[in-house]
Amino acid sequence: MVTGAGVITALGRGWKENSTGFRSGKTAFRPVTLFDVSKQRAKFAAEVSIPENLPQTRLTFRQMKRMDRASKLLLLAAVEAWGQSRWEPKEDLPIVLGTTSGGMAMGEAFYRHALSTPSKHARQPTRVASYQCQRQALDVCEAFGIHGPLTLLANACSSGANAIGHAWELVRCGAAERVLTGGYDALSHMVFSGFDSLQALSTTVCRPFDAARDGLALGEGAAVLALETLESALQRRAEILGEIVSYAAATDAHHLTQPHPDGDAALAAMQEATHLAGLNPDQVGYVNAHGTGTHLNDSSEAAAINRWAGDHAAKVRVSSTKSSIGHLLGAAGAVEAVVCLMSLREGWLPPTSTLKTPDPACQFSLVTSPETASVDYALSNSFGFGGANASLLLRRWQ
Amino acid sequence: MNITVQGIGAVSPAGWGVEKLREVLETNTPLPATELARPGWTGGLRVRAVPPPQTRPAIFAQPRLRRASPISQYAVAAAMEALGSSVEKINRGEVRLGIIFCVMSGCVNYSRRFYDETLRDPATASPLVFPETVFNAPASHLASLLGSRGRCYTMVGDPGTFLQGLALAAQWLGEKQVDGCLVVGAEELDWLTADASRLFCRDSVLSAGAGAVYLTESSSAEGPVLSAVTDAHLFLRNQSPACAAAKMRAQLPSLAEPSLLCDGLQQVARADRDELRAWDHWQGARLSPKAILGEGFAAASAWQCVAALDALKTRAFQGANVSVVGCNQQAIGAQFLAKPAL
Repeated sequence: MVTGAGVITALGRGWKENSTGFRSGKTAFRPVTLFDVSKQRAKFAAEVSIPENLPQTRLTFRQMKRMDRASKLLLLAAVEAWGQSRWEPKEDLPIVLGTTSGGMAMGEAFYRHALSTPSKHARQPTRVASYQCQRQALDVCEAFGIHGPLTLLANACSSGANAIGHAWELVRCGAAERVLTGGYDALSHMVFSGFDSLQALSTTVCRPFDAARDGLALGEGAAVLALETLESALQRRAEILGEIVSYAAATDAHHLTQPHPDGDAALAAMQEATHLAGLNPDQVGYVNAHGTGTHLNDSSEAAAINRWAGDHAAKVRVSSTKSSIGHLLGAAGAVEAVVCLMSLREGWLPPTSTLKTPDPACQFSLVTSPETASVDYALSNSFGFGGANASLLLRRWQ
Repeated sequence: MNITVQGIGAVSPAGWGVEKLREVLETNTPLPATELARPGWTGGLRVRAVPPPQTRPAIFAQPRLRRASPISQYAVAAAMEALGSSVEKINRGEVRLGIIFCVMSGCVNYSRRFYDETLRDPATASPLVFPETVFNAPASHLASLLGSRGRCYTMVGDPGTFLQGLALAAQWLGEKQVDGCLVVGAEELDWLTADASRLFCRDSVLSAGAGAVYLTESSSAEGPVLSAVTDAHLFLRNQSPACAAAKMRAQLPSLAEPSLLCDGLQQVARADRDELRAWDHWQGARLSPKAILGEGFAAASAWQCVAALDALKTRAFQGANVSVVGCNQQAIGAQFLAKPAL
């Protein structure tokens, strides 16, 4: 059961601001200000406005002062999830998080400093420590007085979904009664430049599943979920926001950065997720696609969804919320799981609002404008570099 | 049912293969350090590098490894050694293989190179290099070479992460999610990592390589088996590394004699202090691979496990404890038995 959900994206901070934004199909892109993009092909991203004052937790002033951007994003999402769950500090509460680059901006700063002033080390230890993924996660532990264990998954762009899936498995198999889980990533120059070098970034508008799509847009953010057993949630009389009913992961060995054109591994993940839940695709009312807006991802994913849905394809409702907030990499799967929870709970489908001309390869029904819809099950797809594929299946709690 | 160790593999400053590792550890003499050039310095950084292989493994000719950085090569070589003849079954799709790849620094060679190119002129930064900077690139190469379509996770964290990987493998095997699970820890050398490491422990000598353990679930009485992995005890404001190490030690069940402790001591006072204290009453035999090979982060904790398992096979120990008191995250331990407990 999900009893707490926190989210921060370029659409805003918290469930309400994000729900309003996703529901209306608002887009949150703006010129990049965090680093110099004057020599890049792409100039836009979905940057988050991080508040100057962080919420009060058990973190000391000194700990908060040294936090990097990624840590702040994660903390803000975690504070919301923690508050909503009304959990109390518990020594052995596991934390499972996904990220692709941790505190990359601090690593970049370390490198620049190491080159420019090789004999001066002021603040270099802090940069090294803050660069590492475990720092952001340990900050969350310190913030709430919990002792882990801590698992950090870095399966590229499916990291957030894998983290939630792993957390769900820990609860399901009885290894834990509760788990705090999610994903986070902050924008960084190196990663932006990397996607730009691959010519994967859109130079116009990110339009997933559009026939004229020309690439993805990067974003940043975090989402954190409080997961627990039904028994625990009922015993505490906790508010249940929704349920994760299954999770599946598969590997696409086709190419390091390109998915198999037929979407074999994506299909395997989707099929296994529905099979595990004892469902047929026609019972899944909404698919939050990975839908990056690149030619290769969207055509491969379209093929996978077509094959997965079969005869029912025309009735499957699909959208990609990356049209609103960009690709959040390690946070994407976690944020999109929260979008599914919002949709299920509040009865709407988020549109791919930038879509003009659907790719004819899409045999399914794309959501292009805000819609009210009562859906029982939603599937969230996350696919990443290296062939990491994951699908999460969520259910409306009634 | 037992979590059985089917194979082990290693690439280290001792050379390529478990046999080389064993030979060097038996000498109990630290390998000589070499100097790694660091821009802006006349001197270099002391490291222990992996020597070139005597013969280049044939698998390195695979297209996936053509541009891969050393970390991927080390990981693949150690994994192939651990899998042994199981590779054919995996290739034929007869084994649902899980892969768990563990790192701390990861693909730092290409990351540094790509960021350097970005700083010089992002318009010319190489699209061939960037994908190799991603944490899960080595795991992806490995899955591709093995033709594995199953679960493939990359876990990041301090050296204790490799033992977390073993625990996750045991979970997957126990739940029948996979038939076999390969756990690999690997790192590569770079001046950037060596420079960063030096800031925290000046006398520590950085090294590189990989270690791999292939696990299956079996009801047979053949060993060795993974019998326990402790909780991962975090280093927090209210839980010092010393406290975490003591908790880890207390959680490991006692072993029948003769027993072995394969610890993470480096013969560097500052780095060793907490682990020494945690094990100060240990009466059994002791092996300290890092003191001989250097600090290899995730690779080093993998070497500890590989060395312990190799000792169970080649010497008369009943069981072995592996102790990892990591750099900045956690203390965690594992226990292997020569034969399953009845």
